[in-house]
Amino acid sequence: MNAPQNDRDAVLGRIREALRIPAPLHHPAERSAGGEPTTAHFREWLPPVGPTPDERLALFTQLSETLRSELILCDSAATAASHVARLASENSWKTLGLHRGELTSAMEPHFPADLERLWVDEGYDKDALEASDAGLTECELLVAQTGSVCVTGPSSGGRVLSVLPPHHLVVARRSQLVTDLTEAYASLAAKYRGQYPSMISFITGPSRTGDIERILVLGAHGPKRLTILLLP
Amino acid sequence: MSALSSPPKDQFLQDADRTTGDSPRRDAVRKALHNYQSARNRTGATFTDWKAARAAAATIKHEAVNHLDQYLEEFERQFTARGGKVFWASNSQQARDYILNLAKARNVRAIVKSKAMTGEEIHLNEALVAAGFGVVESDLGEFIQQLKGEAPYHFVFPCMHLRRDEISDLFNRELGTAKTDSPEELTMIARRVLRRTYVEADMGISGGNFIVAETGMISITENEGNARLTVGVPKIHVALVGIEKVVPRLADLALLLPMLATAGTGQHLTGYNSMYGGPRQPGENDGPEEFHVVLLDNHRTRLLADPEQRDALHCIRCGACLNVCPIFKNIGGHTYGTTYQGPIGSVITPHFRGLQDWKHLSGASSLCGACTETCPVGIDIHHHLLHNRRNAAAQKPAPGEGLLWKAFAVLMRRPALYKLATKFAPLGSMLHPLIQGTAVDPVIAWTATRDFPEAARKSFRTQFKAHQAAKQQGGVR
Amino acid sequence: MRISLFVPCFIDSLYPNVAMSMVRILERLGHTVEVPESQTCCGQPPFNSGYWDEARSVASHQLKAFADADVIVSGSGSCGAMMKVFYPELFHDHPEEAAAKSISSKTWEFSEFLVNKLGVRDLGSKFEGRATFHDGCHGLRELGTKQAPRELLRHVKGLELVEMSEAETCCGFGGTFAVKYPQISTAMAEVKCNAICETKADYVISNDSSCLMQIGGWLDRNIGSVKCLHLAEVLDTP
Repeated sequence: MNAPQNDRDAVLGRIREALRIPAPLHHPAERSAGGEPTTAHFREWLPPVGPTPDERLALFTQLSETLRSELILCDSAATAASHVARLASENSWKTLGLHRGELTSAMEPHFPADLERLWVDEGYDKDALEASDAGLTECELLVAQTGSVCVTGPSSGGRVLSVLPPHHLVVARRSQLVTDLTEAYASLAAKYRGQYPSMISFITGPSRTGDIERILVLGAHGPKRLTILLLP
Repeated sequence: MSALSSPPKDQFLQDADRTTGDSPRRDAVRKALHNYQSARNRTGATFTDWKAARAAAATIKHEAVNHLDQYLEEFERQFTARGGKVFWASNSQQARDYILNLAKARNVRAIVKSKAMTGEEIHLNEALVAAGFGVVESDLGEFIQQLKGEAPYHFVFPCMHLRRDEISDLFNRELGTAKTDSPEELTMIARRVLRRTYVEADMGISGGNFIVAETGMISITENEGNARLTVGVPKIHVALVGIEKVVPRLADLALLLPMLATAGTGQHLTGYNSMYGGPRQPGENDGPEEFHVVLLDNHRTRLLADPEQRDALHCIRCGACLNVCPIFKNIGGHTYGTTYQGPIGSVITPHFRGLQDWKHLSGASSLCGACTETCPVGIDIHHHLLHNRRNAAAQKPAPGEGLLWKAFAVLMRRPALYKLATKFAPLGSMLHPLIQGTAVDPVIAWTATRDFPEAARKSFRTQFKAHQAAKQQGGVR
Repeated sequence: MRISLFVPCFIDSLYPNVAMSMVRILERLGHTVEVPESQTCCGQPPFNSGYWDEARSVASHQLKAFADADVIVSGSGSCGAMMKVFYPELFHDHPEEAAAKSISSKTWEFSEFLVNKLGVRDLGSKFEGRATFHDGCHGLRELGTKQAPRELLRHVKGLELVEMSEAETCCGFGGTFAVKYPQISTAMAEVKCNAICETKADYVISNDSSCLMQIGGWLDRNIGSVKCLHLAEVLDTP
């Protein structure tokens, strides 16, 4: 079979023809002076988030509980590592997938010697990663309004480390907690200046499904557990 | 669903007879939908101002849809600059051919797919299987429906009509697993089956919830993580997306993602909301080598050309209108015989697949407006059902019906005739028991299941005249 | 105030007492009630069936019948919505658009008229019994009527008002829909009526007689003990 012809011009032609007659806007939003609804307004309509860092953390904590994420406040990378060690021993982990980052590299020396490290930074064997017991990543941001963790390729060891192993551990600093998605997108835009990573993902709780009789089951395909280790 | 043996309307009526007679299933589906609705109301109530949010969401989609050409071109520019490939498909044939051709050219052996209603729309799986490709649906609900050989029942909750014992029997039959009544165990069976698929597949096919013009990204919303794996592990990613999915800016998602989650499932945010801008970029350690986006028209431009109903293209497929629809609750998803069920499906299907063949879906509504009320992007859904009815009648009046309404109009424009007709109503009422429930009963469709009130001995007009006369005699006012 | 009553065809011949109650209530409040002789139908049946030319022809007659009305009050939210909400759309870009808009602005659903135009809440009515209220969809979603009828019913002495679980769920009438898709319409009636019966109410009250024809039709066939009443009939009990 030959590749079908790309119908770009035909589709665009039909679109332009169709749009010759304007359509009314039935539900006009309050508009800014520029004629566009501004993202700054989103905050006035969405669920409220308190203005102080403590209020943001309180909301994030509350949502984490509802979402069945495990939030652990740690005073240092060493404490965070001790929690990983505890989880490894409780769940008899053999292999931990991880990537090199400021926080993960500070934690790694404290892990038990018999916990095998699978570093993904230079590429990895898919089967080996699939077989590992947990994945440890850093993240871009945490979002208070939704209880989400924002991961990207560069911040979190690529596309797969945060979703393939059955237990996802995230290590972050308190300063990474932003108010809402609007702030998250603004922060990403400022950081990457148009050169975005190939994936930005907001993870909100462990993998879940309610497809069978609407009964919540965690770990449908992605991680059954999501542990957030929060440093000062 | 794909090969209808009888005309869509006959099929619809037959299926409606059967499904409305199945009380246990109706009760279960209604209860489930009611729970979605309650969850949605609870989360919606946490919004500071849902109505303002809804107006803004409608405004964003209005802006995007009414400048569709510009935003799609912007998307194409941005996405291509990041190494992605864009294919524009006028129809389902072109979309299927492109994907099949790509799979052949790259020697693909196994394909894993995440939920995409566009895939259902163009019958992609059938085409892939016919060409010899194995394709596995990875969303749990879709996986179950694929095993069952059945179309999704609800475009957000594909297997919501099935009980756990039915799923257990299905897995037992198709996968040879032990029977269980635990949804947890059933989910874990699917997890085990599918895990190898992600690693072995060399092509992942997804849909897309939003096309972001500004940054050249496809945004995918899911709860299970299956889409993350589908587009993360295999070396080729193909996203099949309707052209109407575009939004102007990345930051628009800060509003649309919470609204999609709230309206659809009652969550503040769905489990995974991921934006994919191109294949693996320089310096990244993983991700697909190729990322193809197929932009699907397939008659969307027909709907676009109707300014009155253009806002139907604002739809973000949250499914909220299905969850509140009393028609959907009572006939279920399969009765529609369409890719997109429920009120929004009844609006758009006649545009996609022919007005005369699908106008019955617009007729099969009491126009209660619950859909319009719940829609997070303010689509005038139930009024569009009226518009479809009007367009269908103008195009080709139904046999007999055109004449009936002409006669009706003649009668109603002549008060004397009208009064005469209503005078005979009591007589009709006295005679009616003689023919009630028989084949000659003109109102048999009513009386088979419901009583009809007897006409009053004296009409209101007669009574009012007497009332006025008495007042004058009594000298009142 | 001079009030013109719009009495839809089915109220005229099937439920005359509903309209007579409205007349008596409005007269007791000191208003003059007129019933324009030449009125027939608002045109909703052909409109909802898609036959807008025929609907326009009927509605055009209605525009003339009510041309000199000061206010128009309807005992059916559905027919009221036709005149208030759909006339402007039906006559859009037609010679009678201005007349349609004028009629639209003068049309009131009965309970909204009492509460929001006349400012009346307590009519001194007395009615013994337990009742639940059905929101007609057109009244609820096209006209936005929700609180007015409840406000009036709260002031009826002896009446115990209990909300049902499916108060805002459509009863399945929908005009010709009820006979074109009787299986779906009946299934919807069943859901509605089961919710009514769950409240153990003696009466189901609505501000729309067309819904009550559907609900009453199903109840009479299947239950028998729950009675349907229009809001006006309950309020007309001084």
